[in-house]
Amino acid sequence: MSNYHFKVERPGIHTTFQDFGYEYLQHFGITTGGVVDNNLFQTANKLLGNEKNETIIEFAYQGPRLRLDKGNVQIVITGEVHFIISKKSENFSKNIGETYRTYQLNEGDIIDILATKTSVYGYFGVIGGFKINKYNRCGSTLVGSGIGPNNGKRIQENQLIEFNMESKKNKLKQLSYLSNNKDNIIRAIEGPQINFFSKETINNFFNKTFKISKSADRMGVRLEGNKIVSKNTSNIPSEGIIKGSVQIPGDGNPIVLMVDHPTIGGYPKIATVILNDIAKLSHQSFGKEICFEKVSIETAENLYNANKKYLDKMFQSIKLL
Amino acid sequence: MIKNVNQISEQAFLLDFGNEITKEINQNVLNTFYYISKNMQKDNFLGLKNCVPSYNKLLIHFDPSKKNKEDLINFINNIEFSQVRSKKNVEELEIPVCYDEEFALDIQNVSKKTKIDEDAIIKSHLSTKFFVYMIGFMPGLPFMGDLESNLNVLRLNTPRLRVPFGSVGIVEKFCVIYPNESPGGWNIIGRTPIKLFFKDKKKPTLLNPGSQIKIRLISKKEFFELQKIYE
Repeated sequence: MSNYHFKVERPGIHTTFQDFGYEYLQHFGITTGGVVDNNLFQTANKLLGNEKNETIIEFAYQGPRLRLDKGNVQIVITGEVHFIISKKSENFSKNIGETYRTYQLNEGDIIDILATKTSVYGYFGVIGGFKINKYNRCGSTLVGSGIGPNNGKRIQENQLIEFNMESKKNKLKQLSYLSNNKDNIIRAIEGPQINFFSKETINNFFNKTFKISKSADRMGVRLEGNKIVSKNTSNIPSEGIIKGSVQIPGDGNPIVLMVDHPTIGGYPKIATVILNDIAKLSHQSFGKEICFEKVSIETAENLYNANKKYLDKMFQSIKLL
Repeated sequence: MIKNVNQISEQAFLLDFGNEITKEINQNVLNTFYYISKNMQKDNFLGLKNCVPSYNKLLIHFDPSKKNKEDLINFINNIEFSQVRSKKNVEELEIPVCYDEEFALDIQNVSKKTKIDEDAIIKSHLSTKFFVYMIGFMPGLPFMGDLESNLNVLRLNTPRLRVPFGSVGIVEKFCVIYPNESPGGWNIIGRTPIKLFFKDKKKPTLLNPGSQIKIRLISKKEFFELQKIYE
């Protein structure tokens, strides 16, 4: 007898289980992982009435198509996502779904997450969470290391995705306040090796635009179109790194480290993207232009606190449908 | 002991212990790491999320949502270095390595660059008492040193897309072992059949920073026998 579950009809491009990620394992070489966009993650769980850190499914560009094979459950999708719900009771007629509101799915229904429109990452959650095997009490899959739920792998075609509990069609909820900031300015503070770069290079870094290259993923966002060259060497003694670090390798194309970054790195770092703008950067797809703006640590801290207030305001705007 | 405390993000400090890469400086990093780790085992200590030792730096990653940055700075500034001691039991481990040409992908090139013949490279590698400076990059990967200075070579110009797991690589005075298949730019001179990372163990790495390592020469036959045991 299998538990309540979805069957994966199409896995999507890069679909994984994620939560806030790993703590206190980086000295073993295990990276933090976790959701790329914390706000979308937290909003999804809030709408579902879940615990703050309930594991969710993260997808990039194109998400999965899932058939609810057993059970009835409330779901939500957050992000800029185009998706379709086909209900068995309505002869599978296709209804375009809205993000930031919960839906009741019944046995046999199909949800098809087609695209993240002009952004990159989106989130799919269920009331009560997915039934997964956690690693060190954490629900994040590190695909590069083969660690975490789903045997350390992405969601695969034809696999089952189990969830913990059934939910009934009551208390469907919707978010009514959402800010719509669409700029492409990524704020960053000076990096630990800022002295490796000339004044002119630093000016160039913070003033000219970059393009998002093809190789942008959960490990790092590689930029191109504006080469940044260090004064002397392009190597430093390897040291611990965090997400947001902007490494400058020998070829001059910056790499902004994302959630699945290696735990230590030997390239000089010209800047660190502030926590607030990590998600904004990660949603820029291939070919888009961005530019960096230098801010102080104090500004970064203030913006971090302001974001918490913004989240609270959003959460307070959740209403019953 | 700490030369500089640098806040590199809303959520991280980078503690600088000096410019050089020496065992002495690294030992200071590790002693401080173990001292902080002991405290970290207490629940939610100062909102610490990660503490990452490297050659001469210690990265401290904390939760910026807790208003504890000042407390953390105070804690760092008040570390009593008289209380910060080395671990008493230094682990000594032996790692079997096979230098057969099938595994030693770059040993010919290393020989050309250093003008040392292959047997002498192997002999030098075998006679080195390695010290693990740090674990990282990928799960369980040890950065060890120090090789004899005449064996020092630079990174490959073009990194390999796939280095087989267990490969032993050298660059400058350092030596690494890849626990898993990975891209990599180190000069590969041999391969070990043993596993370095056990994800389901409480302590998932075979080696620790500070471990002492001796290499034991094994034949290709022994390599495959041992590999079977580890499968």
